Amino acid sequence: MLELQHICYEVEQDGGEKNILRDIDLTIDERFVAITGPNGGGKSTLAKVIAGILTPTQGRILLDGEDITGLNITERANKGISFAFQQPVRFKGLTVKDLITLASGKRIGVAEACGYLSEVGLCAKDYIDREVDASLSGGELKRIEIAMIMARGTKLSIFDEPEAGIDLWSFSNLIHVFEHLHEKINGSILIISHQERILDIADRIIVLADGRVQEDGTRDRVLPGLLGGTGGVCSALSDKVK
Amino acid sequence: MDAIQMSLLEQVAGLHEVPEGAYNIRANGKKAGRNTTAHIDIVTKADKDGIDIVIQPGTKNESVHIPVVLSESGLTETVYNDFFIGADSDVTIVAGCGIHNCGVQNSEHSGIHTFHVGKNAKVRYVERHYGEGDGLGENIMNPTTVVEMDEGSYMEMETTQIKGVDSTVRTTRAKLGPGATLIIKEKVMTHGRQLAKSDFTVDLDGEGCHTNVISRSVARDQSKQVFLARINGNAPCYGHSECDAIIMDQGVVSAIPEVTANCLDASLVHEAAIGKIAGEQLTKLMTLGLTEKEAEEQIVNGFLK
Repeated sequence: MLELQHICYEVEQDGGEKNILRDIDLTIDERFVAITGPNGGGKSTLAKVIAGILTPTQGRILLDGEDITGLNITERANKGISFAFQQPVRFKGLTVKDLITLASGKRIGVAEACGYLSEVGLCAKDYIDREVDASLSGGELKRIEIAMIMARGTKLSIFDEPEAGIDLWSFSNLIHVFEHLHEKINGSILIISHQERILDIADRIIVLADGRVQEDGTRDRVLPGLLGGTGGVCSALSDKVK
Repeated sequence: MDAIQMSLLEQVAGLHEVPEGAYNIRANGKKAGRNTTAHIDIVTKADKDGIDIVIQPGTKNESVHIPVVLSESGLTETVYNDFFIGADSDVTIVAGCGIHNCGVQNSEHSGIHTFHVGKNAKVRYVERHYGEGDGLGENIMNPTTVVEMDEGSYMEMETTQIKGVDSTVRTTRAKLGPGATLIIKEKVMTHGRQLAKSDFTVDLDGEGCHTNVISRSVARDQSKQVFLARINGNAPCYGHSECDAIIMDQGVVSAIPEVTANCLDASLVHEAAIGKIAGEQLTKLMTLGLTEKEAEEQIVNGFLK
């Protein structure tokens, strides 16, 4: 269970202070939670604050009751937080197998690494020895990023806009992976997304706009308002839809 | 050979015991072992220090190992090795130099290797440099490689210097005939106050010839590296050089490209990228549970793999 207590994140901008996150209070224990909302609303910042990449200016983060606010990225990873980047990182020289092995945290055989790759729709024999460099497409990188999260199998997995940077065709293939992801990962999935098809498989949807939680509830309660754009739940989002 | 020399041999040639095929092992300036085969002859030079390696035309799938080890401090040597690679042959040549210097004097090995690659011959040349020893004396290696390639020949040259060489100036000169291909892959890691300079000159003289000079290097601590790639396109040809370097601590890397097209149909490209390890690469590996230092090691090892 992840608890965010009064999380604030401020940055200096144009000589003044800009509030990116304003007093976020959330408890996440569901199987599949989606965070959505307009661009610039603070979604990615919140994900990075949870993973330890950014340090909140105020507030506390608890994982299964333990205060992890002061822990760094590595320590949080070892406590059971995984983070799939919006823009996966390329590495010259490191292969797909290298990264999946590092993610799993132990020496794994080719068969096991191949297992994770086939889960994300990649033919293992074509990819296992490929370098994770500029020769891979955005869609391929996203899949490898997801395979790494599966290999980790931690209690909390965060995905930052898995649909970003890939074409619609690749995404429609990827959605099947997410539909079955919770069966593969024994823990909570927190996914940042604008995609209706992702929101449609979430147990709970949180709308974040202007650094605040604007809406929070079950999919059946929140999604209709978002899709209609006239439910009055989120003016920023409905403006965007219009 | 003693244990130190055997250990050096393993580092530079991957040898645990006497290799198969032709070989010539040189230890502290003297011949420590030699084997020839029906197709590969090794002859000691009469006029200067060194050997001639003569590979008969049509020799296929054979290898030659010519490692050099130095474990006496203060030894300075210049060795001339000439390779005559017959037409249509397909061979692997493994050279390398390991120095163990526990003394106060500098140990220095300068190997001058000349390759005459026959028509349509195919050669893979692997060269590793390694130094160790905690003495004050420096380990110095200045290899010179001269390559002359006949029509349709192919040579792949892999040079690696990962550890313990205090000062090195690597000079490579190559001339390519029609349709010849030369691929050079260099890997260098320097640390401490080491200096490594690579100076490549490739003359693309024959029509349809091709070269690719690729360097991947890491400069740590206060070490310095210079990569100089000079490619002259004198015929319709294709030349490409690439320097990819990671700098750490106060390491310094200079990449100096010099591409000259003396022919309208010469196509020459140079690429260079020098920088520290990208922060997002470290962050990604840390989200997998690695510490910053472990992440750095993985990135460097992968880069030089």
